[in-house]
Amino acid sequence: MIMSPDNIRLDSQVPDGPLEEKWDNHKQAMKLVSPANKRGYNILVVGTGLAGASAAASLAEMGYNVKSFCIQDSPRRAHSVAAQGGINAAKNYPNDGDSVWRLFYDTIKGGDFRSREANTYRLAQVSVNIIDQCVAQGVPFAREYGGGLANRSFGGAQVSRTFYARGQTGQQLLYGAYGALMRQVDAGKVELFPRREMLDLVLVDGKARGIVCRNLLTGEYERYAGDAVLLCTGGYSTVFYLSTNAVNSNVTAAWRCHRRGALFANPCYTQIHPTCMPRMAEGQSKLTLMSESLRNDGRVWVPKKKGDARPAHEIPEDERDYYLETKYPAFGNLVPRDIASRQAKEKCDAGFGVGRTGHAVYLDFADAIRRDGEDLVRGKYGNLFDIYEEINDENPYKVPMKIYPAPHYTMGGLWVDYNLMTTIPGLFSLGESNFSDHGANRLGASALMQGLADGYFVIPYTLGHYLAGVKSELESVPVATDMAEFDAHVDEVSEGVDELKDIGGNRSANQFHQDLGKLVWDCVGISRSEESCKKALNEIPKLRDEFYQNLSVPGSKEDYNKELENAGRVADYLELGALMARDALDRNESCGCHLREESITEEGEAKRDDEEFAYVAAWQYQGRGEDEKLHKEKLEFESVKLSQRSYK
Amino acid sequence: MSETLSTSDVASFEASSASLETRTYHLKIWRQRSDRETGGFEEFTVPDILPDQSFLEMLDVLNDSLVAEGKEAIAFESDCREGICGACSLVIDGVPHGPVPGTTTCGLRMRIWQDGANITIEPFRAKSFPIIKDLVVDRTAFDRIIQKGGYVSVGTGSAPEANLTPIGKQNAELAFEAATCIGCGACVAACPNASASLFTGAKIAQYTYLPQGQVERAQRVQKMVDQMDEEGFGDCSNHAECEAACPKKISITNIAKMRKEYAKSLFS
Repeated sequence: MIMSPDNIRLDSQVPDGPLEEKWDNHKQAMKLVSPANKRGYNILVVGTGLAGASAAASLAEMGYNVKSFCIQDSPRRAHSVAAQGGINAAKNYPNDGDSVWRLFYDTIKGGDFRSREANTYRLAQVSVNIIDQCVAQGVPFAREYGGGLANRSFGGAQVSRTFYARGQTGQQLLYGAYGALMRQVDAGKVELFPRREMLDLVLVDGKARGIVCRNLLTGEYERYAGDAVLLCTGGYSTVFYLSTNAVNSNVTAAWRCHRRGALFANPCYTQIHPTCMPRMAEGQSKLTLMSESLRNDGRVWVPKKKGDARPAHEIPEDERDYYLETKYPAFGNLVPRDIASRQAKEKCDAGFGVGRTGHAVYLDFADAIRRDGEDLVRGKYGNLFDIYEEINDENPYKVPMKIYPAPHYTMGGLWVDYNLMTTIPGLFSLGESNFSDHGANRLGASALMQGLADGYFVIPYTLGHYLAGVKSELESVPVATDMAEFDAHVDEVSEGVDELKDIGGNRSANQFHQDLGKLVWDCVGISRSEESCKKALNEIPKLRDEFYQNLSVPGSKEDYNKELENAGRVADYLELGALMARDALDRNESCGCHLREESITEEGEAKRDDEEFAYVAAWQYQGRGEDEKLHKEKLEFESVKLSQRSYK
Repeated sequence: MSETLSTSDVASFEASSASLETRTYHLKIWRQRSDRETGGFEEFTVPDILPDQSFLEMLDVLNDSLVAEGKEAIAFESDCREGICGACSLVIDGVPHGPVPGTTTCGLRMRIWQDGANITIEPFRAKSFPIIKDLVVDRTAFDRIIQKGGYVSVGTGSAPEANLTPIGKQNAELAFEAATCIGCGACVAACPNASASLFTGAKIAQYTYLPQGQVERAQRVQKMVDQMDEEGFGDCSNHAECEAACPKKISITNIAKMRKEYAKSLFS
């Protein structure tokens, strides 16, 4: 295994100048690749969600030769498809005081001042272009009667800046990007490789120059060479096993890059979304999100009496505790996700929870239905109510929904600079797979915004800048897939697969994944303590040892074999899970979604420690089971004043 | 806060699950190594299933037990498990996505089957969806149809200000309804002709309702319909089985729309 040198210097590459001018100045200063020369470059894009599809399509339109890879049978099934609520943009159509600055400020404050100022500002800037782009593609956003675009509000904001397509915004945005991608496939500028899993990154002369994939239908190890690799492979919430992510979502591609030297930043920043359907049955495979947009009209409450077993409608108004409205009058039910999640957990842990397990709170639409009528509520949230009824066998128009927090999004990811490049030259990371824009907590409707910002409007500039800068170096080392570097990587990948295949035990990867998930949820979940992190660091290696002794992977290596796919992903999660605990232990402060029980204010809110911890923790791989090495990027705030978050 | 460690979640949950009733099911499942080999049904009995578990979770339980015995797991596809990605694709007791209308396979809960029920599980069957293994089929024909025109040809960066193009609420809604198709292929599996008309028609209709779709209107319908034919999908003969099987309840009026658009395009 090749490891990067110890003397890594984390240079954020943030341009000089006032915050508002950084991106424009940078665009002026960046090098360009001429239209004729773009045809000479091969770009490998891994993942076809919002970031991957939009990047692949945009780069192909510009003239680059693009190869696009995904684990699904079709790019249209990438997990961005499941995003529900909406996408933020500083359009200020409702005339309610929004601006690029306000979107930036809400985002950096929502992230509890643990993101890079310049990245977050750029995100807010390009947000307006995203909406234009998607509308031009025919994305059917919700509209007002006059024909203009409709907006709604979301957590952590006091303006309405969220664009949406009922509860299926991610689906519609993804199909827009997927259409753009397929148009380039038809034009011969993108070659599509579905059902391929990236299992290794190939470095030549210190630069990312290729990937090794396993063909998920034939088991063949395939080699692809290129001039740059874009990793758009999403987040790692399925480390918890039960999450709102798709069951095939995984960290493997990113983790294999991490093993090759890409630093992994802030792994402990994981978002537990407050409005999900509660766990119901043992053997459950996933949790389902109920969009945060529901908190626009739904009121969260629990009974005032501990262990009150009466059905909701029998509990009179004055015996209900609308705890978010009372505790946070300014934002009410629309407080940021981390706060809503912790409050729900505290209520349930204290015995006020509802439902069979006592691990749920009510989200009640009775007032909204009385005020606006059932039809209007159905128009806004119809499909969400349907999903809820389908799964829970209860009609939320009549009975309040029961909700509980669930793992949903990961703010941590591969460390990238302002140009979205990782610590490996030529390896870029876009969308949820990088760490850059959301700090310690992401606000609702910002994930879609970041995926598309990175793919449509950032990488088309920064990739050209990189390629033009290393032109002569790339030309002096032409890559071909029969080079020794590829041979060595294919050997290593195939040995890794054989190792898992040949254990011959009697437990499925799925069962080990469940064990790991429980452990990570208990120890590095909604709240963490020194004790719980140490427990995880003690227990995970034991589980990993058992995995390598008792895993069973029947079937063949040479055809479709889901068990084998899962085994590789769980093996990587066993390493990541430990790193999350290590990072959480190291960060002895509370910030955003990372609540350390030792660091809370007298009112029970998260207490940040800017003196000690205003940095990005970027970890360097040292080998399986070895402690990773910590590098720090100090966060500089030139334009905002750090303040303790308050939503009261 | 410190008095309650987060372990309380799991502990209380397990205690509350312990006393629940469980059910046993008898499954007849299609097994097939590849499209070059013939397949056949294999029978399994799955005990200890909770009514709240999903249909796919029941198959997970079965697979875990097969794997523990060193036997090959049943191959089936699923991903989001919340009805939106379109990956899951089973025919359950003869019906694509099973007995509940407007629901994908992953949305089914076992509470609708009584204890001891017999359930038959097959793949989506159509010439244009060759079987890969067991219950997994190849639906890339759908991508090739989209490739021929399921988009508006607008490059990144060249879009005008979004609100310059007002769209009436009614047309916006119609476009949205058509656009909700998840590309699962149940329409093809349900159709006696294995036609892809509902899938193709819905995408064509979406852009017909929108001003952005007008420029390429005629060539879009021709190219997509031609590709649909080339892939070997059958023609539509108005059985409407597709609409009945569609988990997103997409209307067959989209097929009528496609046919009208196709006829019109010949004279444009």
